[in-house]
Amino acid sequence: MPGDPVQVMLGESATLADQAQLREKLGLNQPLLQQWLSYLIQLQQGDLGHSLHSQEPIRDILWQRLPATLELAIAGLLIAVLIAIPLGSLAALRQNTVYDQGAMIFSLLGVSIPHFWMGPLLIVVFSLNLGWFPVSGREGGLSLVLPALTLGTALAAILARMVRATLLEILHEDYIRTARAKGLNETTIILYHALRNAALPIITILGLQLGTLLGGAVITETVFAWPGIGQLTIESIQQRDYPVVQACVLLISLSYVLVNTLTDLLYAWLDPRVRYRV
Amino acid sequence: MFKYQIIIPASLLIIWLLLAVFGPWLPLQPNQINLPFILQPASTTAWLGYDDLGRPILDRLIMGARTSFFVAFWVILLSLFIGTLIGMISGWIGGYIDLFIVRLIDIFLAFPGILLAIALSGLLGPGIENVVLALSVVGWVGFARLARAQTLSLKHREHVLAALALGAKTPRILRYHILPLLMAPMTIEATFGIASVVIAEAGLSFLGLGVQPPAASWGSMIRDGTRYMLVAPHMVLAPGMVLILVVLSVNLLGDQLRDKLDVKSHH
Repeated sequence: MPGDPVQVMLGESATLADQAQLREKLGLNQPLLQQWLSYLIQLQQGDLGHSLHSQEPIRDILWQRLPATLELAIAGLLIAVLIAIPLGSLAALRQNTVYDQGAMIFSLLGVSIPHFWMGPLLIVVFSLNLGWFPVSGREGGLSLVLPALTLGTALAAILARMVRATLLEILHEDYIRTARAKGLNETTIILYHALRNAALPIITILGLQLGTLLGGAVITETVFAWPGIGQLTIESIQQRDYPVVQACVLLISLSYVLVNTLTDLLYAWLDPRVRYRV
Repeated sequence: MFKYQIIIPASLLIIWLLLAVFGPWLPLQPNQINLPFILQPASTTAWLGYDDLGRPILDRLIMGARTSFFVAFWVILLSLFIGTLIGMISGWIGGYIDLFIVRLIDIFLAFPGILLAIALSGLLGPGIENVVLALSVVGWVGFARLARAQTLSLKHREHVLAALALGAKTPRILRYHILPLLMAPMTIEATFGIASVVIAEAGLSFLGLGVQPPAASWGSMIRDGTRYMLVAPHMVLAPGMVLILVVLSVNLLGDQLRDKLDVKSHH
């Protein structure tokens, strides 16, 4: 049977008796339905089970890996926002000029360049040729720069497009004309009138793109040997460590759903017009 | 009439298609190991140089084109067919069936797509068929959601009501009165879908979950190349450039297509 964790752990030369013994110890000889039910019951009690490979409790493994992924995701998000908002605003304010075209070319390139090519490219330029940052691993703040850039630029590309489209729509609104008519300077209008109203759709997109960010993190972490949840996922897939794979997918999906719920709640705080009935 | 924004990406995609279809008939040696040529850069005998086993990179790129085209073709075809069918039925019938399908779609959307594909193809085991399967399982959802939304609004159009009044049965209405009007938005969605499937296939192969050696994929070529980046950067550069060119072309054409077919953006 391909993908049998017992075979992967014991190697091809193991005897059938050894395999059967290990299978019984891990509980893999029980009927599938029973395995699934006991998994669900344990899950309710917050018990994710044990790794088939290292026998460690999966909760501990996840706790070990989580900070690295959080750090990477937040840094990537920051970079994305810091690039996308000025770039998207510039493109919207100077619509149909060289700035606009430049921003849109950046965005098209960003969407088309995959993480697993961007990462190695950054390593060649900034680690191997210039020697500014470490090639891989997670040691000190400098090692965060390249993975965060890889993750952030791709997200920035999508985000810049959204910022531009949203701002273009808002700049034609009546209240912008009013603000201009009463003689406010352009910076105030953009910062306090346009961007504040653009916040809502932009945050929605940000929440929805978190899935892309987390998926991209799996690949980026593999490229940079970043010891996070993504790398753990790939490692445990290769070791056929199913409980760990399950736990990783569960964790990532849960955080995706959680963040999108939080985004909805954030609306009411950002925009007084939005009210939820309690 | 024809703009360069259409001609350049379209011809690149046609080259991709031709190479994918006629690749096996070309005098290629993608798996020919030539130890004396290991990691050699581009030369007149091999236009893009050799890889870590002395295999010509250009030949492998062409076989990789075949892989990515094969995967993109089948994934889009499968997801388009399944997604459109489920979406139309869901939108047309409504009621509990619709509610169930919408919940199902929501559950699929709760997973980041690429993550589900990674987990699935990891559990199914490596291999190109499993990549197609994993990406289709993820891919049908977008088509189903679009087809359902469109069907919901088309359902109340006069020509559909007229067909109902004439006594046409559901399959006939769906096939002749709804499906033709779905084609434009579905084509746009499918075009952008190609880009994401090509990237996803390369990503899975990069992670070692896609095609198995000695078969070539642009993703696995990039992965092999990352180990020799300092001595032979061409091993990473060549497949990456090709991949990006294809994805860029698809996205550019998709934009053009959307501008042409989408009435909304004509203001």
